[in-house]
Amino acid sequence: MIDPLIEVADSLRTHKVRTALAVLTVAWGIFMLVLLLGAGRGIQNGVELQFKDDAVNSIRIYQGKTTIAYNGLPRGRSISYNNEDYRQVRAKVGHVDKLTARYYVGDNLVSYGGQQAAFDIRGVHPDHLYLEKTVITAGRYINELDLLERRKVCVIGVQVVARLFEEGEEDGPVGKLLEVGGTVCQVVGVFTDVGSRREEEAVYLPVTTAQLLFGGSDRLHQLMYTVGEASYQESKDSEQQVRTLLANIHNFSPEDERAARIYNNLDEYKKITDLFYWVRVIVAVVGVGTVLTGILAVSNIMVISVSERRREIGIRKAIGATPGSITRLIVLESVILTTVAGYIGLLASLGLLELLKATVPENEYMYQPDVNTFVVVAVTVLVIVSGTLAGYLPARRAAVIDPVEALQPT
Amino acid sequence: MIDLADISKSYLMGQHSVHALSDVSLNIGQGEFVAIQGSSGSGKSTLLNILGILDTPDSGAYTLDGHVIENLSTSDAARYRNRFIGFVFQSFNLIHHKSALENVALPLYYQKVARKKRSRIAMEYLDRVGLADRADHKPAELSGGQSQRVAIARALITEPALLLADEPTGALDTQTSEQIMQIFRDVNDQGMTVVLVTHEPDIAAQARRSIVLRDGDIVSDLLNGSSLL
Repeated sequence: MIDPLIEVADSLRTHKVRTALAVLTVAWGIFMLVLLLGAGRGIQNGVELQFKDDAVNSIRIYQGKTTIAYNGLPRGRSISYNNEDYRQVRAKVGHVDKLTARYYVGDNLVSYGGQQAAFDIRGVHPDHLYLEKTVITAGRYINELDLLERRKVCVIGVQVVARLFEEGEEDGPVGKLLEVGGTVCQVVGVFTDVGSRREEEAVYLPVTTAQLLFGGSDRLHQLMYTVGEASYQESKDSEQQVRTLLANIHNFSPEDERAARIYNNLDEYKKITDLFYWVRVIVAVVGVGTVLTGILAVSNIMVISVSERRREIGIRKAIGATPGSITRLIVLESVILTTVAGYIGLLASLGLLELLKATVPENEYMYQPDVNTFVVVAVTVLVIVSGTLAGYLPARRAAVIDPVEALQPT
Repeated sequence: MIDLADISKSYLMGQHSVHALSDVSLNIGQGEFVAIQGSSGSGKSTLLNILGILDTPDSGAYTLDGHVIENLSTSDAARYRNRFIGFVFQSFNLIHHKSALENVALPLYYQKVARKKRSRIAMEYLDRVGLADRADHKPAELSGGQSQRVAIARALITEPALLLADEPTGALDTQTSEQIMQIFRDVNDQGMTVVLVTHEPDIAAQARRSIVLRDGDIVSDLLNGSSLL
């Protein structure tokens, strides 16, 4: 085993420049391949980070109309929700973490002192805070006691504050009394929203208060909940449970996707992960192409090497080298060349990825670029297989060299 | 030892078929020292290639040391060459990136002899041709005579049945040629069968038997000055 390796080392040492060039092409190919794969993973991690931070793994349930006749009931029936639905979802659906309903009062006049303007009034549960990514800047959010006692309290967006309150108003808005749709409510908190400016023009009331004040009885317009740390599959299961539950309560077909319109944010997330899967596939194809270019370069170099060494091969054959031993020598040379080069490229790219990981701070464009063990194993197989292929044709050419011809005095 | 019976070989040169050898029969016994003479195109190189199993005749039979050389695969031909034949060439044909010692040891590499053992044996053979002190030198650092002595050591290391030399002194001056011929005589004295091809009559005269080829035919076969034909 050692002898052929010494032969190869000897031959590679003899042609230093050629060897260096071949190593460079393959190393570069592998370097780019691994780097691209790692960067692809990094971009994906960045997007995932963004998702985790921003849109919680939420499922939103809107009202709809039936599109399938069911249990003797016609199509086109409107489905609307009430407090009982909220309680049932809380009690019976799996993976429900934060749960809130919405009662849309709609635009209504809100006035304070001499100022008045129309704002979007919504009745919500305390968990609404998490679902909307609401940030309280003063006071507090709606709480359970507010709901229980149907308190006339409200939480207002910073845009509402800007419109109704004089700048430098004493003590700020918290504790002040507003007139909301004709009823006096006490401001308990002010919020900002990372979403749109429009979201900051909202006025939140306890859902029970909103139902009481605006004639809603026990009606709800929308349900929203998060699934916490549940996996994609678990969240799909939870979504299915909600649909079945609501279908039971409201007597519509569980197959009827328009009766209760359910949006799972993880579907969007899944779309993006799927997209990144394809990005990685494309990166892999491009990267493998680059590697193949390197392999072709090696093959080319081996062809040149063989023709330069015609005489040497002729001599070897004259003194007893079998065609097989010549083939093995050339193939081994090619494999060693690509493997060494491949690992140089691999180590360089892994080193660079580690460096990026250590130095680039957490951000949503590129986060923790990395490749897994599979990539390392695949690269190893790739360089060995392609080294063999690159060497094989030149090796066959070498093996059939006629010693009589090769040894003709030049 | 060597038995050639009705060996013919022709080459296609463009449209024309050229007879390199026509019905050559030849018998060379164990321990003979034979010079094959002839001008360029006489067929002597073809004859040497056939003897060396580098080429195959179109017809005829070749028996070497009791082995019928016929229909060999290229791998088997390589093994026969390795075991039975030592080659010495006009242009030495040493591998330029290997040291003298490695060149001499190379035939044993193809016999799968362990590296250390090869080197030891190669050193003995280098010593026999008086070049033990040049073992680590590359061919470029050796004179023509030294190179040819390395090549002879390489040819002898497998203890072949037959030593074939193709114009071994063609690239050397008279004095060096004399040294090389002395080595051939020495190994022949020790019982080695030697066949050398030359176009120089004074080199041929140093062999014990001299064969002259012309246009693919043996035209004279002399032993110690007396005709065998």
